[in-house]
Amino acid sequence: MFYLETHDIVKQYAEHLALDKVSIEVPRGTIFGLLGPNGAGKTTLIRIITRITAPDSGEVLIEGRPSKEEDIYKIGYLPEERGLYKKMKVGEQALYLAQLRGMTKEEAHRELTAWFRRFDIMDWYNRKVEELSKGMQQKVQFISTVIHNPDLLIFDEPFSGFDPLNAEIVKNEMLRLKDEGKTIILSTHNMESVEELCDNIALINKSRVVLHGNVYAIRNAYKQHIFRFRLVADDFDPVDTRFVVLSKQKYHEYLDVRLQALSNTEMSEIVKMVMNHYEVVSFEEELPTMNEVFIQTVKETEPEKTISYEYA
Amino acid sequence: MNTLKLIVEKEYANRVRKKTFILMTILMPFLFVALALLPLWLANLKDSGTKKIAVADYTGIYASEFQSNEEYNFELIHQNDTSGLMQQLGDELFAILTITDDLSKNPKAVSLISEKQAPMDLQSYIEKTLSAKVTEQRLEGLSASANVDQATISQVRKIVESKDDISLSTLKWSKSGSISETSTAVASIVGMIFTFLIYMFIMTYGSMVMQAVMEEKRSRIVEVMISSVKPVNLLVGKIIAIGLVGLTQLFIWGIMIGILMTFGSIAMGYSNGSMEIQAAQAAAMSGDFDPTTIMTMLASINWLEIFVNFIVYFIGGYVLYASIFAAIGSSVDNEQDTQQFMVPITLLLLFAFYAGFYSVNNPDGPLAFWCSFIPFTSPIVMMVRIPFGIPLWQNLLAIVILYGSFLLISMLAAKIYRVGILMYGKKPTIKEIMKWIRYK
Repeated sequence: MFYLETHDIVKQYAEHLALDKVSIEVPRGTIFGLLGPNGAGKTTLIRIITRITAPDSGEVLIEGRPSKEEDIYKIGYLPEERGLYKKMKVGEQALYLAQLRGMTKEEAHRELTAWFRRFDIMDWYNRKVEELSKGMQQKVQFISTVIHNPDLLIFDEPFSGFDPLNAEIVKNEMLRLKDEGKTIILSTHNMESVEELCDNIALINKSRVVLHGNVYAIRNAYKQHIFRFRLVADDFDPVDTRFVVLSKQKYHEYLDVRLQALSNTEMSEIVKMVMNHYEVVSFEEELPTMNEVFIQTVKETEPEKTISYEYA
Repeated sequence: MNTLKLIVEKEYANRVRKKTFILMTILMPFLFVALALLPLWLANLKDSGTKKIAVADYTGIYASEFQSNEEYNFELIHQNDTSGLMQQLGDELFAILTITDDLSKNPKAVSLISEKQAPMDLQSYIEKTLSAKVTEQRLEGLSASANVDQATISQVRKIVESKDDISLSTLKWSKSGSISETSTAVASIVGMIFTFLIYMFIMTYGSMVMQAVMEEKRSRIVEVMISSVKPVNLLVGKIIAIGLVGLTQLFIWGIMIGILMTFGSIAMGYSNGSMEIQAAQAAAMSGDFDPTTIMTMLASINWLEIFVNFIVYFIGGYVLYASIFAAIGSSVDNEQDTQQFMVPITLLLLFAFYAGFYSVNNPDGPLAFWCSFIPFTSPIVMMVRIPFGIPLWQNLLAIVILYGSFLLISMLAAKIYRVGILMYGKKPTIKEIMKWIRYK
């Protein structure tokens, strides 16, 4: 069951077609990566999901039925362009935002205290926003996004402005929210975090979805049949037509070798061949990083084509 | 509706708690009262020192008519001395009055030379004295010619001397049958004060809305906000809250100025309260007034009507302009870019202000009449006309047009706002902004 679906969303701005029949499906309780180069249309799609703007055609379904006005209370959205009222106090502001999202003052206060404790920022409560560093403001913004316990969370570049330590805290919070059964849409250029966090992705390029599906399935499909071996050897120099050697690197007493299998050679054949001649310490098949998938797809796919993989 | 209430509360509280607001609200009445009372107080002070005026009377007829007093000391000199006297001007000598010929025959044969501009009261004293003497001369000339009998002459003289000033009292007749004494001067002044107030408030609070919209856009809070609030609610909430701030300030100013004026005028010896001061100023401007009628004239003005109309027109005008200001604020990224869009609006407001200003002279003339139906000028022009009394249908029509157009304009503004607040980067052209209105 998909928590959120969009069907053939089209949005035209003056001379620019921002979204061209965009359809995505986000399974409940998963993290969905919304990827794409700058200006591809990700933010427009998010704004349509959050009902900030309306599509020219197409529809947004939430839990299988068309989305309606009150659904915005079920969504927590952390926009990429985010800010806070500079002159307001941190606690007062978070409270205000929570109330705007449909919470009563008491509820909001209780939740807020819990979150401020969890992030260990209770002593900021009465400080003015302008006194906080960017990272601190990001934390307050993150809390304001999740405070009303929404079912769908949308984070646009959530890690920008965080140091590695705080980025880790936010990552863990996202995973925790996922475990609680929340559905999360993550829009980011940080491909490592996509591999780490996302179950499924959709890659939007030039206003269209060009690739979507399960992250593992995609990486698997994009694999180049590259194998990595660590051998106990001084050199690796076999003559074989089934593969080519991409690189060799000495690592202390070991030798690290990357091979690429040619045509449809089975992995087992290559492993057998290497093991017959060398002492193998470890080996693995190299899956492409999402970074590589991203670059390859954006560069190479034809604009009219959409590649689809199973969602999981 | 609930979120709208929250937004209004928050925006209102944030502004009213600001130090600058509190300071402005408290200090302005003092400044206002000082500005109103200081000139009166200064006018009451006697000029220190007596000014010496040399009178060179070639004819010898007029010199003796001038009476020296505390302020001016008229000193007769012989006619051949004048050239040397010029050097003394500005030092011990204030002015030289030269009369070269019989004024009854040659009325232009008199001049006053001074280094500084001669004060009005000196000029009018000299003119009055001389024309009285000339009148007398002419009457004597008439009686000297034997064919007029003495009794008639003395009667004519009596008539001239008695100087019956005619003062026109203007009355206002209302449909209910009551006739009340009115004063054009008082109505003008009341109208001007309210015109100025409404202009100032629309300008100040309208641009405050623009600032607030720009601030939200610049600090990037706006997308966070509109992910949970409808943009139109955010805009409407802001406009309501700032309008309420304006009314709060106005209310506090009204009370404080009333109190301060009363105390200030008591302290200065005007025991009859603040209104009389304004009336006294009015009297100073428009000629002589009988002080006892001032109160009845002030009472003849329907304060409740003015007040209610002020609120109605303030709300209409403020919302109209504030919507436009908000649309401008949402379309641009920074202060400099507002200029291009602000100029036409400021000109429009300024035109309204001047139209109001000139309508004082002719509150039922074509300028005043037509400008009271154009929604961009009506709130300001109407404030001038209302103290003079206007037909009910005109007032109602103006209000209907004003509120109708504010609904229309604010709807368009909301559409521009909704798109504009999320557009960063290049400054849009008017054409592009017009396109935003059609976006879904």
